Amino acid sequence: MSAVPIADEAALRQALASTPRPPRPSAMSAALTFGWRGMLKVKHVPEQLLDVTITPVMFVLMFTYLFGGAIAGSTGEYLDYILPGILVMSVLFTTVYSGVALNTDLTKGVVDRFRSLPIWKPAPLVGSLLGDSVRYVIAGTVIMVLGVVLGFRPEAGVGGMVAALALVVVFAFGLSWVFTTLGLLLRSPNAVMNAGFMGIFPLTFLSNVFVDPATLPAGLEEFVEVNPISILATASRGLMEGNAEGGDIAIVLATAAVLTAVFAPLTTRLYRTKG
Amino acid sequence: MTTDPTLAIEATGLVKSFGDTTAVDGVDLAVRRGSVYGVLGPNGAGKTTTIRMLATLLRPDAGSARVLGHDIVSEADAVRGLVSLTGQLASVDEDLTGRENLILLGRLLGLKRAHAKDRAAELLDAFGLADAAGRLVKNYSGGMRRRLDIAASIVVTPELMFLDEPTTGLDPRSRNQVWDIIRALVAEGTTILLCTQYLDEADQLADGIAVIDHGRVIAEGTPGQLKASVGSGALHVRLLDPEQRPEAERVLSRELGSVHLEPDPAALSVACPDGNRAAEAVAELARADVRIAQFSLDQPSLDEVFLALTGHTAEESEATAIEEEQAV
Repeated sequence: MSAVPIADEAALRQALASTPRPPRPSAMSAALTFGWRGMLKVKHVPEQLLDVTITPVMFVLMFTYLFGGAIAGSTGEYLDYILPGILVMSVLFTTVYSGVALNTDLTKGVVDRFRSLPIWKPAPLVGSLLGDSVRYVIAGTVIMVLGVVLGFRPEAGVGGMVAALALVVVFAFGLSWVFTTLGLLLRSPNAVMNAGFMGIFPLTFLSNVFVDPATLPAGLEEFVEVNPISILATASRGLMEGNAEGGDIAIVLATAAVLTAVFAPLTTRLYRTKG
Repeated sequence: MTTDPTLAIEATGLVKSFGDTTAVDGVDLAVRRGSVYGVLGPNGAGKTTTIRMLATLLRPDAGSARVLGHDIVSEADAVRGLVSLTGQLASVDEDLTGRENLILLGRLLGLKRAHAKDRAAELLDAFGLADAAGRLVKNYSGGMRRRLDIAASIVVTPELMFLDEPTTGLDPRSRNQVWDIIRALVAEGTTILLCTQYLDEADQLADGIAVIDHGRVIAEGTPGQLKASVGSGALHVRLLDPEQRPEAERVLSRELGSVHLEPDPAALSVACPDGNRAAEAVAELARADVRIAQFSLDQPSLDEVFLALTGHTAEESEATAIEEEQAV
């Protein structure tokens, strides 16, 4: 034995004495454990929360006071129109970070350990997206509280706002899978960030988040009408104002389901086979 | 393939290519249960790729292997339930504390929350990490990280452990600590597959060694057999008085053969097949009134093993492996 014992021998021997293998954790338990890991990271690296809180605040203030008068005639009216839109935009922008975070994770050895565990295969991914959903809720809450402070008073009150936030978070969960797939296909976190925003940025601006599509040229208007992000924004406005159409909500949920059905298995397979 | 129940690992003709580079080119291994088996080779020889295939992280392009009786491809999940892997990059989460890492692993292996916490505390104590338990792993030293890594691998006792270069980059003290832990694991009956670049490490820990180069096993045997095949280490002598070096050279070359004069004017070295011959040579020096400041007998290095087995050094092999990689 070496001259510098790390601890007393008895403790070492005791710790090495066989710990029998318990039954495997359920899929749910494994995913929630990974969700807990995500929460711990937020706790240890609180800077991560800055991007999801500061940016939306800037957007709300800038758009309301800079463009409000020009677009809607008054800042108050524009706030009513744009707040649900900004909610959609901020949360969807945050989904890109799920892909960036996964790509960053891959460069570290800990992924090898996760992959060599006998657990439900998608657990690490589902778990981290569940953790990310908490970030989405935080980003959304910040925006709505700020809106209320600035004078936003939707018809359906707090209940409507919570319902709208829930719908946006469900859609974001589905969309995140697209970015986790990107996160596994591209080489660096930066590439994921660039590619992700190259997609999400125009899609968000070519929607009814900022302007009424009736003011757009014909071809563009048609695209904006079918853009799922427009439908999500319309449904969120509806939920907050108490006049949501069931059809819109159904389309949003169906889109989230399709994205998950296609990209979740793809992500899981890439995560298992990569490197 | 017939399954021999006394074997923990049975691999035949494993092949893995990345693009045009064949990282592993037909590796056969047979590792007895309860033993420590060393896989020795330079960077880029295919050690890590071999371990990753056996740990079910990579699918072999050809060949097959059974780990603890289970096929690594068709029964990958059964294999995962019995082994644990300590990778070359420390396989712990840097953004969590040491304690959180172990609780995380415990929960993922199926321990109940309270049990996972107790087990984490027990391991942190035993590995001398209790004081650092609440610190983020990114602030750990290399040695602490390695110990945590090994602790994470035994939260639930594995039947087989893969250790990929567990002491690369560690200072001698930390290295000794890791070796102690490995010896204690073996004493408890865990089978260990150990990849290393250091002949010294394989010699200290392993019962059997496979030397690999360019993705192939080029020699296999006990540490003793391998060293015997290489021949020798070297006897290094440093004299009190440099004036006496010609006399010392005369004595040593008579006893052991061709002497190498070191840049240090008081030092010389000579290849030496075994310790007894070295002792006799040193005694001869004393009898000839050559005053000795210090002497030592070192092991043949990995380079010497390679030179003896392949005709080229480990460094050259590493260089060609890197060139091949860059050519892709």
